[in-house]
Amino acid sequence: MIEVAVFVIAAAVCIVGALGVILAKNPVHSALMLVMTLFGIAVQFVAQEAHFLAAVQVIVYAGAIVVLFLFVIMLLGVDRAQSLELGSLPAQKWAAAVFGLGAVVVTVGLIAVVDNPVTGAPGVSGVIDGVTSDVRLLARSLFTDYVYAFELTSLLLVIAVIGAVVLARKPKSAGDQPTEADRP
Amino acid sequence: MEPTTSWYLILGAALFIIGGVGLLIRRNPLVMLMCVELMLNGVNLSFVAFSRALGDIGGQTVVFFVLVVAAAEVVVGLGLVVAILRRQPGATADDLTALKG
Repeated sequence: MIEVAVFVIAAAVCIVGALGVILAKNPVHSALMLVMTLFGIAVQFVAQEAHFLAAVQVIVYAGAIVVLFLFVIMLLGVDRAQSLELGSLPAQKWAAAVFGLGAVVVTVGLIAVVDNPVTGAPGVSGVIDGVTSDVRLLARSLFTDYVYAFELTSLLLVIAVIGAVVLARKPKSAGDQPTEADRP
Repeated sequence: MEPTTSWYLILGAALFIIGGVGLLIRRNPLVMLMCVELMLNGVNLSFVAFSRALGDIGGQTVVFFVLVVAAAEVVVGLGLVVAILRRQPGATADDLTALKG
C-alpha cells in the first residue's frame, strides 16, 4: 500500500515537472521544473532498490547538469521571459498537443494490455539476489564485464571537457596583438 | 498491491513522450536540451524497471553509462549554445541555418 502511494506521488511529481519543462515560458522555470522531475525519478529509483543510482542521479543530474544549465542561462541572459516561440504555423500548438496525447495513449495502452512486459533471460550479468548490495553488484559489473566501456566513458569525459573549453572560448579578434603594457 | 514493472514502464514512456513533444515544439536551444534530458530520464527509469524485473544488474550499469554520456553531452551542447548565442544573441533553433544547402 505504501509502495503504491510512493509511486503515485513520485509519478505525479515527475509528470508535473515534465509538463512544466515543456510549457514554462521562462527557461529558468524550465530548469527548476527539471530539478523537480529529477528528484521524482530519484525517488522512483529508491523505490526500486537502486539506491546508488538514486544518489548519483541527484548528485550528477540535479546537482551538476541543471546547475550547468542555470550557469549558461544566466551567462547568456536568456532568462528574460520569452514567448513560447511556437513558430509560424498557427495550428502547431494544437497539433503538438494532439500528437502528444495520442502518443501517450497509444504507448500507455500498449504497455498496459501486455500481461508480462518482461521477456528477457533473468540474471544474465550480475544477479540481483537481494543480499548483495546494489553498489557492490554495480561495481563488480562495471569493472569486469563493462570495463572497456568504463574506460572509454572516462576518455569521453576528458574529450567533452576539452571540447567545451575550446567551444566556449572568446573568439580572438584580428587586432589582438600583445601591446607594450602586456609585456612582463 | 505493489507497483508492477508495467507501472514504471508507463511512467518512463510518458516522460519520454513529453520530452519528445517538448523537443519538437520548443525553439529555445537550452529548453530543447532540457527536453533531451527528460527523454533520457524516461529511458533510465525503464532500464531500472527491467533490471529489477529480471534480477539483473546490467540494467543499472547501462543507466550509469547513460548518466555519464548525458553529462558529457550536456557539457558539449552547452558549449555550442554559448558559442552560438554569443555571436547571435536571441537565436532560436530556427535561426541556425548556416549549413543549409
